[in-house]
Amino acid sequence: MEKLKYALFTGCTAKQSTPEQMMSTLAVAEKLNIELVELTEASCCGASHLQDYDDFLSLVLNARNIAYAEKHGLTMVTICNTCQLNTAMTKHRLDNNADLKNKVNEKLKEVGLEYKGTSNITHFLYAIIDDIGLDKIKEMVVTPLSQFNIAPFYGCHNIRPSELQNGSHKTKEDPYNPTSLDDLIIACGGQTVEYLEKNKCCGFHVELQAPKTAAILTGNAIAGAMDGNADWMVTPCPLCHLKLDTQTHHASEAIGREVELPVLHMQQMIGLALGCSADELGLKHHLAEVNFV
Amino acid sequence: MSTNSITTQKVNFKVFRFNADDDYLPYYEDYNMEVTSEEVVLDILNRIKWDHDGSFSYRRSCRHGICGACAIKVNGRSTLACKESMTTMIEMFGTDLVLEPLSIKRSVKDMIIDKADFWDKHEAIHPYLISDIEEDPEHEHLVTPEQAEELLEADLCIQCGACHYACPVVEINEDFFGPAAFAKAYRFEADVRDDAHTERLLYLHEEKQGLWDCVKCFECAEVCPKEVNPIDKITKLHQMLFKKGVATSNVATRHAVGFKHSIVKRGVLDEGQLVLYSEGPSIIKHIPVAIKMFRKGKIAMPWAIPKSDNLDEIQKLVESSSTAKF
Repeated sequence: MEKLKYALFTGCTAKQSTPEQMMSTLAVAEKLNIELVELTEASCCGASHLQDYDDFLSLVLNARNIAYAEKHGLTMVTICNTCQLNTAMTKHRLDNNADLKNKVNEKLKEVGLEYKGTSNITHFLYAIIDDIGLDKIKEMVVTPLSQFNIAPFYGCHNIRPSELQNGSHKTKEDPYNPTSLDDLIIACGGQTVEYLEKNKCCGFHVELQAPKTAAILTGNAIAGAMDGNADWMVTPCPLCHLKLDTQTHHASEAIGREVELPVLHMQQMIGLALGCSADELGLKHHLAEVNFV
Repeated sequence: MSTNSITTQKVNFKVFRFNADDDYLPYYEDYNMEVTSEEVVLDILNRIKWDHDGSFSYRRSCRHGICGACAIKVNGRSTLACKESMTTMIEMFGTDLVLEPLSIKRSVKDMIIDKADFWDKHEAIHPYLISDIEEDPEHEHLVTPEQAEELLEADLCIQCGACHYACPVVEINEDFFGPAAFAKAYRFEADVRDDAHTERLLYLHEEKQGLWDCVKCFECAEVCPKEVNPIDKITKLHQMLFKKGVATSNVATRHAVGFKHSIVKRGVLDEGQLVLYSEGPSIIKHIPVAIKMFRKGKIAMPWAIPKSDNLDEIQKLVESSSTAKF
């Protein structure tokens, strides 16, 4: 298999609250013969919150991040749905508005950079499906996850707004009936759990300002997966992971029912199927313990 | 003109039925129908009523995507029935389709819901121009094309409620104004003829209305049949608060601003500092979870928090490109 090469935008959580996500990304990349060039110069994407405060600044910072991927001549791969949204949204706006692009480039020029629009931006999930393919993954599985019912949790910022998202990758994803993560579960040999909340919001972005709303959304999501008889959940988004994994106490209180399930990152699931060890995948870094490995 | 011939397909419809006057619980009725590629969802509602059950109830009027009366949910997706083609629905969901009102808990009869909460919130944002105009002006109040463009098509809203009842926060928090009302508020905030900008904005900014409670799920943008993109308007309202310098300090505004502080210092986010800056002394409530996270290696110590390479570039750009103050 030809070696694939991408520019990796890690986002902030992979280096702080979800170290296991970084570990499993690297472990899986190695198994899949993918070379990841980490964009160590990249800043935070603003996480949709800086965007509430200063739109232009967030565009300039994201354009700078993309400019570094362009310098490498590589597709930028994200491992966080919200990084994907904000980076792809920046690209979309700059590529479709010459005036705005000029204004942003005037600023980037001050630091010797230029946004050209030459790099694609795609989430690791879609890079794997588009460029490696589910059949190949299936072939490479050494430990099929056949004894597990796995509940996919897609995360809003990978599937909506669909026009933007579907412009970033070849796989066509329907936000009302998304299939990529289900397909990946099946390729890894697992059983997918069908439940209402799989394409719904986890509440992460209002955890501080509207904790009750956030807790109910989290509770509903885990409860939906539990009622679907899930052994664990899997998500491509570290923010969804954080919400579903660390906030179960508040979620249980909010919906009046004890809810908890292990919540694996997509990379950890693939890693398990491809024969990575629990240590390589950082499975000890979960609050809802991953005790089945 | 399309040269494609009309095709037909068998579709199984599962249709929500409920009469608040007679039924204790709702139920679903099955209708198996041949559907042509030319039909829209409203045609199906009409055929159920005209060919199967005259008591079947739904709202409809203009049939041209203008009145906003016929919005329902198809397989959980808010849809303006007169605009949505059956071909798209079948492509999206297959040939087993569930037709439900926009909000099951608000159903009065079949597809007809009590939309009072929607209209109450619509009214509460003062959806009209507030201006001291002269009774006998000497000339028109001219609005330039550029000024009109600032509305960003928020004036196209037909009040169908598709976004309001697709919003997960509306389902949870009955005080939350919802995407339609906020988009409508933006429509007047962006109108140069309005004189109540700051007043309306500050009213929206009050905690109860929930301008900062939007979960950023993009459900509203996805379902709007008029492409109003309500979440974009909510973001614009947030930005307006800062631009006008009237954003008061609360956990949400500090949270937005806190990202900039972190980026200036490190390029990347300092998660702990962000929560501390946003919450202030209330950070204490996060300590039990923080301890659990620390034990699992999910909290980086201050000395282990990374910094972006070429941080000076980031700092220079923040200096030169900032457009808002707090």
